[in-house]
Amino acid sequence: MNGHTHNTDDRRELQMARSMCWHCQSEMAGEYFCDRCVKVQPVSKDLDYFTCFGLPRRLVIDTQVLEAKFYELSRAFHPDFYQNKSDAEQSISLGNSAMLNTAYRTLRDPIQRAEYLLDLEAGAVKDIRTSPPADLFEEILELQETLDEFRESNRASEQASTLRAKLDADRTNLEERQRDMEARLQQLFSRWDTLQDRGEATEQARTERNHILKDMRDILSNRTYVKNIVNDLVATIS
Amino acid sequence: MARIVGIDLGTTNSLVAYMDNGTPRVISARHERAMVPSVVALTDNGLIVGDPAKEHLTRNPERTVYSVKRFMGKSLADVQGELAYFPYTLTEKGGVIRIQLGEKSYSPPQISAMILKELKLRAEAFLGESITKAVITVPAYFNDSQRQATKDAGMIAGLEVLRIINEPTAASLAYGLQEKTQGTIAVYDLGGGTFDISILKLKNGIFEVLATNGDTHLGGDDFDQLVADLLLKEIRAQHGLDLSTHPDHMQAVRLQAERAKIRLSEELKTTVTLDLPDGQGRFTRELTRDQLEGLCNALVERSLGPCRLALKDSGLNPTDIDEVVLVGGSTRMPLVRQRVQALFGKEPHCELNPDEVVALGAAVQADILSGGTTDMLLLDVTPLSLGIETMGGVMSSLIRRNTTIPASAKEMFTTYVDGQTGVDIHILQGERELAKDNRSLARFRLKVPPLPAGVPRIEVTFLIDANGILNVMAKDMRTGETQSIEVKPSYGLSDQEVERMIEDSFKFAADDVSARKVIEARLDAGALMTTTEKSLADGGHLVAAEEVATIRTALSALASAKEGTDPRAIRGRMADLEQAAKGLTVAMLDDSLKQGLQGKKISDVT
Repeated sequence: MNGHTHNTDDRRELQMARSMCWHCQSEMAGEYFCDRCVKVQPVSKDLDYFTCFGLPRRLVIDTQVLEAKFYELSRAFHPDFYQNKSDAEQSISLGNSAMLNTAYRTLRDPIQRAEYLLDLEAGAVKDIRTSPPADLFEEILELQETLDEFRESNRASEQASTLRAKLDADRTNLEERQRDMEARLQQLFSRWDTLQDRGEATEQARTERNHILKDMRDILSNRTYVKNIVNDLVATIS
Repeated sequence: MARIVGIDLGTTNSLVAYMDNGTPRVISARHERAMVPSVVALTDNGLIVGDPAKEHLTRNPERTVYSVKRFMGKSLADVQGELAYFPYTLTEKGGVIRIQLGEKSYSPPQISAMILKELKLRAEAFLGESITKAVITVPAYFNDSQRQATKDAGMIAGLEVLRIINEPTAASLAYGLQEKTQGTIAVYDLGGGTFDISILKLKNGIFEVLATNGDTHLGGDDFDQLVADLLLKEIRAQHGLDLSTHPDHMQAVRLQAERAKIRLSEELKTTVTLDLPDGQGRFTRELTRDQLEGLCNALVERSLGPCRLALKDSGLNPTDIDEVVLVGGSTRMPLVRQRVQALFGKEPHCELNPDEVVALGAAVQADILSGGTTDMLLLDVTPLSLGIETMGGVMSSLIRRNTTIPASAKEMFTTYVDGQTGVDIHILQGERELAKDNRSLARFRLKVPPLPAGVPRIEVTFLIDANGILNVMAKDMRTGETQSIEVKPSYGLSDQEVERMIEDSFKFAADDVSARKVIEARLDAGALMTTTEKSLADGGHLVAAEEVATIRTALSALASAKEGTDPRAIRGRMADLEQAAKGLTVAMLDDSLKQGLQGKKISDVT
């Protein structure tokens, strides 16, 4: 563990805000490297992940393009290539690489990508659900009871194996639900993207947008809820 | 830029490699193999390392340290279960294990530093230049404390450790360089003490690790121990002897067990022979490969669990793996190969020497860092989730396992009481729910200005660098000021302790140099004695009996000098022997010429 201080951070951030190279103070035109002195520049905190990868802000993206861009930027930022450079450049390389890795992880996964984009477009999407979604209420309640019974049972007993069989069936069922929700999300993602592509500012478009947004939010939080239940179930029976 | 070497600091053996015009090569010393046994012994002539130290395992077991890697970054409590197996004495000071050698005690990084220094000297002698920078490999599943301990060892040995890289990914670099492979590969690395599995995607020179898993306490040592336990049990039953009170014989049993295991990779049966203490005769037993596999089956099976987890974490099925690569000496066991092949459904690669491939990969990474190789880039992951302890003793994950490094996470902290001036933060690593079930990495106290409760806002950044080592930074969001954080590692050396150990190592450097001269002179003497004995056997009949007697006298004079500690005396007797054997050498040369000329025409040889 190393305690580190980075007292030059603030100065750099200030300069970035003015779009100036931290090193030669010239006005920045290049994307991540200064045109004049070719020094690497810290990626601005305000840059969203889509812009960082040169991708449109859409829910359905070309993952091949994403991967190619990730590899390209990794080659540009990775600390391996800054071993002989100044401390300031090494520190920027480290920060940029860490940011790039987070961005890639977020955009690579369709669900995380959706949560991130909807947060950008419309504020935080993830309602933390503490009670089961309405259409699953009965089922989940029963499942919780079975889980409790199983936890208290003697694992070698016949009762336990009956319960286990029931839990296995519940698991298959819930995983099926999860896949359903993901398929419905995919449809909503396409509809959202089409709407964004049209870019209409009409009342009708606004209503439709809010409608899709609400549906996506509901499914996303239900899906998280079901996923946690499944994880809990798997942890208990294995 | 100064040359950077690649070092494989192994549980059983260590190696150093360098990049020779685009080809990685391991470095061997004169008369010796490239592998340096990771053994350190305290002798009457000081500390010795490698093959000569290995000889002391049975002669001097209480003062001979082996498998020190198992203790890196560990507390005594962590290794309680296996203390009985080690003949040397372990104690603890400030959360760090100490190994007693004579009057002094050493931390595991100090012992490892002695091995590193030996490798450094070899590299310097071979390359003819001073070596101060290195890439050192660690098991992929090593936690932060174990990585930091390895870095400390490098510093104590006078090496700037430019990068800590994971052994299986290092191996993939060596393979990738050779094969120019594309696709998904699984690297199964079973060494002397640790097991790793890494799943990588190779594309256009990028080596992206998708997932890694492992067991830092599973390796060849454990196989040896099972065989040794069987032998000890049988000796007790047949001879009524409990060898556990004879550390020297315990070591002999362990070494014989290891050798038998190695032989059984080639043969279907072998004989184990052991001399019993105090002239109580000899124990002999035949061991078959089937019996060995019966003993080791459960351990090999244990390695498959992490393989399945790594596959699951990378979202792949065994059939998605294009190539399987075997690394580490223990993968020579046919049982291991069968099991790996069965799991992945394809024949594994083992074209590169499994003992050397990690060091070769470290040399490739060293070349990348020095700017020599520019088309390859390794994107590795952190093997364990990193988090902090929250209310109720629960671990809150900040950076999930298998996240590509460098990785960072930010967390905002505030106060609960008016005027509170500090917040205690406990950093953890592991996959369990409760803080107490995970590895404690460090604790630190965040300084907070005395303000009403909830007003201070301190942003703490946890950053795992490309070495897989954690760095912590804190920033007061109200003032924009950054604060340096003094982190006390839970199971590691503080910066001051490392400083002192570096100073100590300089102090003892002079002793080390003279000890080294003795060792080198002995090795050279041994080599000369062997060749002279061979000459006597092959050509003794070519010279007069008196001459043979003179040579014999010189040989025994050298043998007794070799037992002593004066390198000049050894060199002197070597010169005497060479002088005495001159006639024999000439006679043998003449004889071989004569043999060669028979049946040839003069025109053929002029």
